[in-house]
Amino acid sequence: MSRYVVRRLVIMIPVIFGISLVLFMILALAPGDPFEELATNPNVPPEVRMNLRAQFGLDDPVPVRYVRWLTSMVRGDWGFSFVSRVDVVTLILQRLPTSLFVLGSAQLLGLLIALPIGTFSALRPYSIFDQVATTFAFIGFSLPTFFTGLVFILVFSLTLDWLPFIYRADIADTGWRWWWQHARQAIMPVAVLGLFQGATLTRFVRSAVLDVIRLDYVNTARAKGLSEGATVVKHVVRNALIPVVTLVALQIPAIFTGAVITEQIFRIPGIGSLLISSILANDTPVIMAITFVFSCLVVIFNLVADLLYGWLDPRISYR
Amino acid sequence: MSIATAPAPSLLARASARPSLWREATRRFRRHRLAMVGFVILLSMVMAVVVGPFVYRVPIDEIDFRAKLKGPSRAHPLGTDDLGQDLLARMLYGGRISLAVGVAAMLISITIGTTVGAMAGQLGGAVDHTLMRLTDLFLSLPQLPLLLLIVYLFRDALKKVLGPEAGIFVMIVAVIAGLRWMPVARLVRAQFLSLREKEFVEAARSLGAPTLRQVVRHILPNALGPVIVAGSLDVAAAIIAESSLSFLGLGFPPDIPTWGRILYDAKDNLDFAPHWALFPGTAIFLTVLSINYIGDGLRDALDPRKVLGHK
Repeated sequence: MSRYVVRRLVIMIPVIFGISLVLFMILALAPGDPFEELATNPNVPPEVRMNLRAQFGLDDPVPVRYVRWLTSMVRGDWGFSFVSRVDVVTLILQRLPTSLFVLGSAQLLGLLIALPIGTFSALRPYSIFDQVATTFAFIGFSLPTFFTGLVFILVFSLTLDWLPFIYRADIADTGWRWWWQHARQAIMPVAVLGLFQGATLTRFVRSAVLDVIRLDYVNTARAKGLSEGATVVKHVVRNALIPVVTLVALQIPAIFTGAVITEQIFRIPGIGSLLISSILANDTPVIMAITFVFSCLVVIFNLVADLLYGWLDPRISYR
Repeated sequence: MSIATAPAPSLLARASARPSLWREATRRFRRHRLAMVGFVILLSMVMAVVVGPFVYRVPIDEIDFRAKLKGPSRAHPLGTDDLGQDLLARMLYGGRISLAVGVAAMLISITIGTTVGAMAGQLGGAVDHTLMRLTDLFLSLPQLPLLLLIVYLFRDALKKVLGPEAGIFVMIVAVIAGLRWMPVARLVRAQFLSLREKEFVEAARSLGAPTLRQVVRHILPNALGPVIVAGSLDVAAAIIAESSLSFLGLGFPPDIPTWGRILYDAKDNLDFAPHWALFPGTAIFLTVLSINYIGDGLRDALDPRKVLGHK
């Protein structure tokens, strides 16, 4: 098991390396210049600008700059934000927990919706329940998150006045009131993301269960007198989950897309909204770092999916 | 001579008597009721944005402060925005761009995906390996953050070269397509791997058909079904991607009111002008829903093996 994890980690390295190369190439190919401000400032003579460029190595060839950028990234020196003058690493670590909390709860909600509904509609395909569930799933994943978010704000905050529509990290209350405030403000963003995920996953679960349900071993399980519940949970769902895990892993980049948008709508202080505000403020080091962090998260979650895969399907041996 | 030509007419007659593959597919598509409903809705949307601006001749940028933030009325069927501009006119105009982005991005991503998949599947070996690693790499890139990064870095340069409207259009289409071709490439490769070993391809090969002819005439037409399905879903995904970008304020500028851009402008006025956000949002939703149902219908029509043993 541990050898398998190590081997997977080793395979991860070239992928992260490739991602860093892609990101750096985009940055290097881009027109634009971090010292553009100085160029338009009449108080700065051109020689000073040239010296600064040479000092920061901007005139070196691209491969040299790439190696230098990569080594400092590996050493943990990610530079500092042009705007807030804070270390990029500190800035991202401040924001990351909030993002992961909202994303994680949304994903959990999605699974809690998708697993029972998907399984149940596959057990009775083309029944009324199945048709209603499939229709709702279709509507759910055709509704873009930015629109559901706005509609939720319109209904639950502005019309009914039940929930706050601005997410605050600094809540003054203590004790259970603090927990209550946190839960209340998280309901809408988590619901928007979770319902979208749930709709997508329901379709995956349904078709995966349908693939399994007619196989002989399920009939065998029934024939030997196992109750319907035990058959479904232990034999059908467990095996149906194997392709679902892969699909969930493939969905992860899409989840981040939803996260950036929900964070923007509900003003959640996570890394998604940090990305948008950095782009609007031309804060290149932060933008690069966040894109890189997002890519690394995708790779890490793919690894988790691979490990889960092995646990669900013992035929895949850890070697 | 006469021996060689004799059986041909009867073969032809039999071929035309049997319903053709496409007619059969159309028949199956028509039986999918929701797909037909989606098709009708989408068609009327397309007609509306193509013909609409010629019929409904209200300018999209006529500012009228006396009529600002008004709900639907006779003068403004869908109401007005904060500058008193007519929303129906803006949505008809913006819808053209939203739909055009979707279709253009789909065409490009399918072309790239099919080319990559065909090369990987047909040539095999090192080419296959390299192309598939590249596909995996692209699959693990987070789409929206990267889109935002590229838009941020290249926006001004392209604006200078191609002008504000065309520059942003080209960039957004290229970037969306460049990040969406991977599923098609995988699909096409898988199809190629199984099709190139089939008897009819072997027959073509043994008759001396060069590789290109084998691919273009024999393998590709048979691999097209799933590609069409994936392509239809890609249109929806591209429309959502463009709307997301515009919704974040990083897509089209305010003078090009795509549906996502109208939503972005509307989102801070939700409390006094909800109609401003609801109309473009519904338009995006209906379009995407129709396209997804059409994709579902196409899957039933073109990929009969996927249909359950039912009916």
